[in-house]
Amino acid sequence: MPPMTDDRYETDLSTPSRRSGEPRFDTPIVPRNSISGRALVAVVAIMTFLASMTVGAVFQVRHAAADWQSDVAKEMTIQVKPMSGRNIDDDVARAVALAKGIPGIAGVKPMSKADSAKLLEPFLGAGLSLDELPVPRMIVVTLASGAIADLAQLRRVLASEVPSASFDDHRGWVERMRAMALSAVFAGVVVFALVLAATILSVTFATRGAMATNRPVIEVLHFVGARNAFIAGHFQRHFLLLGLQGGAVGGGAAIVLFAILGLVSRWFSGSVGGQETSALFGTFSVGLAGYLAVVAVIVLIALVTAFTSRHTVNRTLEAID
Amino acid sequence: MVRFENVGLRYGLGPEVLRDLSFRIDPHSFQFLTGPSGAGKTSLLKLLFLSLKPTRGLITQFGHDVATLNKDALSALRRRVGIVFQDFRLLDHMTTYENVALPLRVMGRQEDSYRDEVIELLNWVGLGERMWALPPVLSGGEKQRAAIARAVIARPQLLLADEPTGNVDPSLGQRLLRLFIELNKSGTSVVIATHDIALMDQYDARRLVLHDGRLHIYD
Repeated sequence: MPPMTDDRYETDLSTPSRRSGEPRFDTPIVPRNSISGRALVAVVAIMTFLASMTVGAVFQVRHAAADWQSDVAKEMTIQVKPMSGRNIDDDVARAVALAKGIPGIAGVKPMSKADSAKLLEPFLGAGLSLDELPVPRMIVVTLASGAIADLAQLRRVLASEVPSASFDDHRGWVERMRAMALSAVFAGVVVFALVLAATILSVTFATRGAMATNRPVIEVLHFVGARNAFIAGHFQRHFLLLGLQGGAVGGGAAIVLFAILGLVSRWFSGSVGGQETSALFGTFSVGLAGYLAVVAVIVLIALVTAFTSRHTVNRTLEAID
Repeated sequence: MVRFENVGLRYGLGPEVLRDLSFRIDPHSFQFLTGPSGAGKTSLLKLLFLSLKPTRGLITQFGHDVATLNKDALSALRRRVGIVFQDFRLLDHMTTYENVALPLRVMGRQEDSYRDEVIELLNWVGLGERMWALPPVLSGGEKQRAAIARAVIARPQLLLADEPTGNVDPSLGQRLLRLFIELNKSGTSVVIATHDIALMDQYDARRLVLHDGRLHIYD
């Protein structure tokens, strides 16, 4: 190394004083705020938002299906048919008493003649007198939540003591509901998998595009003697941050939207339309698991950007060598 | 320091662009590498800089057979060689100071441990007043000097320069040549690839002349 103070070169090579920038000692090795970097953040944000919305939809469908299934499974029916030689009112009263005696049953509500007439009104018209028709009477049995009632015992005592009564635990409906719920969740998971695959592909290509503009940086680092792991590590950290930034924007927007939709659905749950919507879809809530799944999507997409950048750096270095 | 024995190089299945090169570069030596366009000067510089591997023959650098080294060992060896590119290859988002300090930074040194060293070198090459400027606002000569400073900041044992005067006027070319001579006097071996006959005539040094892929040496 030559002497650092050489009068000849200080006089020969000095240029006029023209300071054009501020002192900077630690500019990141990978350029920040490039156009391609901002475009990548935008792509990640949009795709994370779409993937998060799909996650929310899947969780909402799962909740709604579980609610339908639970509602159907919680209620059962005892049907008391008119039978010659037996008083139907006595049979109904006996069946109610038997049902109330089974532990785990929270409520037993016999439907009155008026209730039955109201149920049949759409089919048989108004002003119907059930005394003239052999119409069975219904008793609605409601299970206590979380309790396991001995329904087999109820079925046995009804058969022995009220031969005109039959017990329907809606098993057929529950099975159908379960199958439908499984189908709905499976369809949701398939859609989510497709959206996630599209997201990963889009983010991968956007990352490669952003990396292409950084090839000169990789080459210079390589030529000044940086180890491959040093170069790849810097790019990986930079792109992990870009991925997290875009993911936080997209996933954060989805989380805020879920929260707003939850509030709105609770506000409107008292209205007529709100009741129908809530009967179909339940209250809008993706639950803690849904929010955690969105966070997992954000982290996954950030990791994809980081991994893609590392892979691209390694391929570039191999091409240089 | 560097020894080539019967080295040949071809790209893919093409013809050999370099044939049977055998020569040495000794410590503290100064040589020009010249020849017509397409003779293989840049390819030879790439071999010297470990950026290419020969198709055949043996290259020994600093006592190591480069064919047997892994990537990390090649990176370590590359730090002992400084290179000045014809197109400078400065990073536009970094100041002149940061560009020059880059080889020390990638070695893992802390900024405060090399700050004085970098500022001293920038003053020496006449860029003391431009150290906070970004490369896009530097003139061609300033970029060239920044590229030279970056090549020598880590005190390489061998300095390679590809057409260092190709983008500057003759008077600046002379000044840059004096800079290389000073670096050589301080112990660095220098190889300057150039077309510039006038530049070579200014300094009596060994000439490596490439012609049709073969090397002719004029000591």
